[in-house]
Amino acid sequence: MGTIIEAKEFSYCYPRRDNQVLKDLNFSIEEGEFIAIMGRNGAGKSTLCQALDGVIPHLHGGTVWGDIIVDGLNTQEVEVADMAQKIGIVLEDPEAQLFTTRVDDEMAFGIENLCLPREEIIKRIAWATKVVRLEGYSDREPTALSGGQKQRCAIAATLAMKPKIMVLDEPTSQLDPIGTYEVFDVIKSLKEEYGMTILITTHKSEHIAQYADRIMVMEEGKIVAFDTPQVIFRDARLLSHVAVRPPQVSSLAGYLNSNGQNIKREDFPILVEEAEEMIRSLMGGKKDGQ
Amino acid sequence: MANKIIEVKNLNYRYMDNGPLCVNNINLEVEEGDFIGIIGQNGAGKSTLMKALTGLLRPSEGQIFINGEDIADIPVSVISNTLGYVLQNPDRQLFAETVREELAFGPTNQGVSEEEIEKRTDYILESVGILHLADEYPPALSKGDRAKVVIGSVMAMEPKIIILDEPTGGQDYIGRYQIMDIAKKFREKGHTVVVVTHAMSLVAEYCNRIVVLCNGEILMQGTSREVFSQPEKLQQTFIRPPQITELANAMKEELHIEETLLCVEEMGDKVLEHIEA
Repeated sequence: MGTIIEAKEFSYCYPRRDNQVLKDLNFSIEEGEFIAIMGRNGAGKSTLCQALDGVIPHLHGGTVWGDIIVDGLNTQEVEVADMAQKIGIVLEDPEAQLFTTRVDDEMAFGIENLCLPREEIIKRIAWATKVVRLEGYSDREPTALSGGQKQRCAIAATLAMKPKIMVLDEPTSQLDPIGTYEVFDVIKSLKEEYGMTILITTHKSEHIAQYADRIMVMEEGKIVAFDTPQVIFRDARLLSHVAVRPPQVSSLAGYLNSNGQNIKREDFPILVEEAEEMIRSLMGGKKDGQ
Repeated sequence: MANKIIEVKNLNYRYMDNGPLCVNNINLEVEEGDFIGIIGQNGAGKSTLMKALTGLLRPSEGQIFINGEDIADIPVSVISNTLGYVLQNPDRQLFAETVREELAFGPTNQGVSEEEIEKRTDYILESVGILHLADEYPPALSKGDRAKVVIGSVMAMEPKIIILDEPTGGQDYIGRYQIMDIAKKFREKGHTVVVVTHAMSLVAEYCNRIVVLCNGEILMQGTSREVFSQPEKLQQTFIRPPQITELANAMKEELHIEETLLCVEEMGDKVLEHIEA
């Protein structure tokens, strides 16, 4: 497995604006990694997503400095349509990418354009439908679905194309809590079964903690941290600076420390099970009733 | 006893004739001044129920009373004087050239006097925290600010009730709390707030009562503590309690926790009690 995405001194400025919204980005992502991009609204997360598949600068215009190389191709030199076979992108507003009159047609559109055989198309639609829990909705009109169902439909349409890299811009903002875990589970299985590389922007710290290999934290167009969830979520000062909420159990460790406990930063939990361990060890390993 | 501001009786709704019931025999009472959280899985019927309350969808069967009046024959434009609705996607309801005009639009149509409109918009610009944006073009604002403008524009009509449909989806941490604080402030002025959301920790923190929908029906209702103390039941509608509540539930016996804990401080104090003991 090698590097699949590499940004070199990449900066970007929207047309008719004079401020850079992405500033001197340098990073590389390995094939098969699950990356979460976090940071406050307006930090540049969505702009970065669009720069990865070449929509920036090809469709938006504007000024670009530096390069982004995706699977050996320079985004500035390759057409968006060619890039779309390598990178699938799910937009933040699902309504912006739904346009057919049936859920099934929505899912078929991308794969039909890949010129796959009919049987394969049918198979992939059935798979994608099941994965996002939209069984029974095949004949429904996408615009008549609920907010969360629209989001699932948009994810399935992209999933069905089985791209090498999937970029999802807040794919769960309107999903119920378990639906959010399900979508993350699906994405994780894509990574495990197909070696797919995943980039996802999200505000849901508690959900993403157990899934992401690394978290990229953005602030004012720059990358201010890029490390494992364990390292990122333990850094309370960084998180409050970038308006990312730590998982509640990490905050719990902070609260205990401000009340006289001495939990080491590297022992701060991010998952419920880790918090249980932490509390037990604080209590001297004693169990109930002993 | 407080005034019943919303009363729903045996409400059914189907989108297509002979289609499935998306809202199935709902009976609900909301008291004036409540801060109600509506939660439930995607497709549970939350937005459908909200649209029925606003009159945008008319019941297939059943009745809805807003402020004591059956709304069956009342036009949406009249209901909206009493009940303000902020859509799931705020961009669908922004259209004026400036933030100030956006806020003035509703009350102007209500026939409110110019001085009063000015008074209201000034107050809202200030209290919602968008005074510095008064002359900006709404679609060019950040996501968090757009949501605040839309909520402000509905509040400017001074409805007795405000419905916020997933106001915090896609908002960052700070944005979420700012929006819920705006709603809280509105409630403190005597208004009733109904919020539809998937953000369980916010519901736990802000709402005095929670209604859980599942497949178009009410699965349960009660205070946050009552509702989140039943994780198995919540699972039916794809809800998981806040992380801290899950932790407290998991360690119930070890830490002798009897009540349902909802926030970091409550759990922290419980742990400290045990360490000190």
